[in-house]
Parts: sequence; C-alpha cells; structure tokens
Amino acid sequence: MSVDKNMNVLIVDDYKTMLRIINSLLRTLGFVNVDEATDGTMALDMFQKKHYGLVISDWNMEPMSGLDLLKKVRALNDNKDVPFIMVTAESKTENVVAAKQAGVNNYIVKPFNAETLKTKLSAVLGDF
Amino acid sequence: MTTHSSGQGIGRDKVVEIISSVIKKVEEKGDTSRDAIYSELKDLRNLIEQTRRDISDTRMNEIAGKHIPSATDELDAVVLATEVATGAIMDGCDTIAAHSGELPAASQDLIMGEVTKILEACSFQDITGQRITKVVKSLKTIDEKVSSLLKILEDKIPGLPATEEEDTRVGDARLLNGPQMSDKAISQDDIDKLLADLF
Repeated sequence: MSVDKNMNVLIVDDYKTMLRIINSLLRTLGFVNVDEATDGTMALDMFQKKHYGLVISDWNMEPMSGLDLLKKVRALNDNKDVPFIMVTAESKTENVVAAKQAGVNNYIVKPFNAETLKTKLSAVLGDF
Repeated sequence: MTTHSSGQGIGRDKVVEIISSVIKKVEEKGDTSRDAIYSELKDLRNLIEQTRRDISDTRMNEIAGKHIPSATDELDAVVLATEVATGAIMDGCDTIAAHSGELPAASQDLIMGEVTKILEACSFQDITGQRITKVVKSLKTIDEKVSSLLKILEDKIPGLPATEEEDTRVGDARLLNGPQMSDKAISQDDIDKLLADLF
C-alpha cells in the first residue's frame, strides 16, 4: 500500500532552521499538509485539535521535550499509536533506548540527509 | 620573615605558623619581648595584605561582571547571525525550487537535487546552535560560581579593592576589537554622517 501523502504531518523543533529543512524535504517527497510546532507543549495542543498521520519531533526542547511529548501522545486516548519519529542530536545509546521504551517508531540523528529521512519514513509508513 | 609574593603563594599553613608562634611567645614566661610579638603580628598583617592584593589581582569581579557576560553575548550573536544567514540561504532555495518547474525535466531534477543538498547542509545551523547554547550554559554556571565566591570574599574581607584591568595595548592595536554587539555598534548611517562631518 502506498503512503498517503495527503496525511497531516506535524513537525516539532525549537530551531526554525530545522523546521524549514524538514518541511522542505517533506514537500520534496510529496507531502503537502505539514504543520509546525516549536516545542512539545505547542505540539501536544495541536495534536489534540487535529488528526495527524505522522509526528517528526526534536528531543531537546523547552518547556516540554520531545521525549515528554512522545510519552504524552502515547498516553492519549485518541490516535495514541500515531507514527512518531525522533530527529535529534542526542545520539547516546541510553537516549535511543529511552525513546524506544517510550514508544518511538524510528530515530534519526542530526545532521541527516534527505535519503535518510526518506528511508526512515518508508520504514515507518511503508514504501513510497 | 618576609612577605611572600603572589607567585610563591601564601598558604593557610603560613598564617597558622605565625599565629602559633605568637601564641607560644605570649604563653612563654619570662624573656619574650613585646618587640618579638609585635614583629610576628606585623608579618601576619603583611601576609593578610598580600593575600588581599593577590585576590584583587585575579580580578574576579571582571570575570563575573565583564568577561563572561561579554563571551555569552558574543556567542548568542553568533547563533543569531547564522540563523539569519541560513534563513536567507533557504529563501534562495525556495525561490529556485519554485522556478525549477519552468525548466526541462532533466534540468529540474538536477536543480532540485542540488537544492536538497543545500538544505541538508543548512542543518549545520541547528547543530552549531545547540553546541553553542551548551557552551553558553556552562559559562553562565561558571559566572554564577565566581559571583558567589566573590560575594563570600567581599563579605569576609571588607574593602577588597576592585581594580579594573587596564588595556595595555598601544597605538592602532587598541582599535582592534572585532565585531561589535548591535547595542554598542554605530549604524552605517551614523558612520556616513560622521564621515560627512569629518571631511
């Protein structure tokens, strides 16, 4: 089954540059409905108001980190199984383990390229 | 006894040694002269004064009040400047991508491939920004510690002189201060006006 590129995608990062990069790369891959949030609190609020088919989030944000966002999303009643990809500079083993335990679907270490993003999206959503 | 210079260091042991000597002399019966005790106390005073001068020479007040805040401001400015520059680069990418549709398919693919590479490279701003933010946090922690230490010393040693480090550079070297923070720099308009007034 091919990926629905009309799905709503939420990207979360406190760096505007990274939001723009991921947004541009997603558009290049054909995704057209991409929303942006600058921290976990804002993302959670948006997530509760709209149905998202994918969340791509940074980890290191304040006041709510990407890991906290992931845990809160997984604790919701609605759409708690949404595919969640962590895109972060945090590259220690314990980080990956903690994210996996919290229910992350995939993990991308910054800096990354378009090919890596595409590969991880395919792993989570299916073939393009 | 002579007073130690800052390079040799003035240890707590030396102070204890002098005080012990004074106490011993006071406790001794008989032949201890007032001059001997006075001499020991004078040495002790000189030691304390030297210590105060040494503490003053470290200019801790400048570390906390000037150098660290200046360094963190400069680093914040680096993050901001790279963010602005990266934004401009990405604006250019967006414009190129928007017009690439007007090109033949092969050229379009080539252009979009290169635009993607530029976007990928722009992620340096995120990584460097995070690293610099980490350094700024460390510097602020050091700043807090030095400030606390300074406060303790000021309380314990009243009248600690707060000397300011002199700029020892001479001639044109004094003019080399690197990029100025926006609140300290004058604008191009101000420079133009100044030049017009001067010539």
